Amino acid sequence: MIANEAELRALMTAGLNGDAAAHRALLDRLSRHLRAYYKNKLARIGRSADEAEDLVQDALMAIHTRRHTYNPGELFTPWVHAITRYKLIDHLRHTKAAMTNVPIEDAADFEAQDDHAGAESALDINRLLARLPEKMRRAIRHVKIDGLSVAETAARCGMSESAVKVSVHRGLKAMAAAIAQGRTT
Amino acid sequence: MKTDDLINMLSTNVEPVDRGQLRRSLGLAVALGAGGALVTALLTLGVRPDLHEPGALAFLGLKLAFTAGIVLMASLLLTRLARPGGERRTRPILALLPFAAIVLLAGLSLANAPSTHWEAMIVGDMWLECLVSIPTIAIVPFAVIVWAVRRFAAPTDLARTGAFAGLAAGGVSAMGYALHCMDDSLPFIALWYGGTIVLCTVAGALLGPRLLRW
Repeated sequence: MIANEAELRALMTAGLNGDAAAHRALLDRLSRHLRAYYKNKLARIGRSADEAEDLVQDALMAIHTRRHTYNPGELFTPWVHAITRYKLIDHLRHTKAAMTNVPIEDAADFEAQDDHAGAESALDINRLLARLPEKMRRAIRHVKIDGLSVAETAARCGMSESAVKVSVHRGLKAMAAAIAQGRTT
Repeated sequence: MKTDDLINMLSTNVEPVDRGQLRRSLGLAVALGAGGALVTALLTLGVRPDLHEPGALAFLGLKLAFTAGIVLMASLLLTRLARPGGERRTRPILALLPFAAIVLLAGLSLANAPSTHWEAMIVGDMWLECLVSIPTIAIVPFAVIVWAVRRFAAPTDLARTGAFAGLAAGGVSAMGYALHCMDDSLPFIALWYGGTIVLCTVAGALLGPRLLRW
């Protein structure tokens, strides 16, 4: 993971500036690291690997919705690693695992494994969306799933562009919270 | 849900991110909390009536300097802890500086006073009011700061983050209380201001893991 620092940081910085392709590449790469990390950690304490994909998605959602907390002047890997580890500890703590003191391991543990084909969580996106208020649901469907522009969505929903942006932002945060909650209940 | 679908969704129509948001919103939360504490203290307790006396004014200034120092340190550390992994880059010991300063001053003032005055200097007249008021006034600022942290930050050490939210809230609360308080002695400030602010910090540390989860 350390070896990837420069590359991941460049993708992150570009993504923060609004470069969608860079953001996609970043999340794609991170998802492989996350999967390897969670499978490895869960296996080590005798937990089912099925939980890993829920955690991967929870962490990706957290990385996306909290990406403004990354300070571009600092290293990227420790930031992403702190989120990854936090989500694991939170998961173990709230699923009553015996082991809650996950060691601050070497970042070397955090290596990519290429077994992501068809990786799927138990989460249902439609059910997550259904729990959102109407405005947020429509904004997310149009902008994030159907890929309409913010302007088109605004015209279609009769909202201002900034209201659409706010709805998308809040909706994603609400979904992230629902994923974090749902994982542990 | 497939992870690839989630990534698709998250990377469709990506907006540029406002990088100053975290710092700004936490700063605003502390300022709002301070405003709330000030209004609460003024409405429920009122300003001390003897402010025209230079001695009273000097002690008010001292109390405000002590508490403002705490608020400043707490906000600084809170802003660092608000970022993932921030706990590895913070030195919580910094927050002790205002406490160390007031304890030192309190010690000097006791050393220079006859021991028959010590009890009056330490216990003061209104210690109970101070003990009750500062934690009570701190509730609203604490709620505002916790709300901002939940909404804008991503702390990965929740107990420590909660502690500094409590410290900042206790600090702004004591600033408000200082306008009313007529106990003018350094040992009183060290014990009752310092003690109640520490109490707020401990409460924050205990509540943090519950309130700040994300």
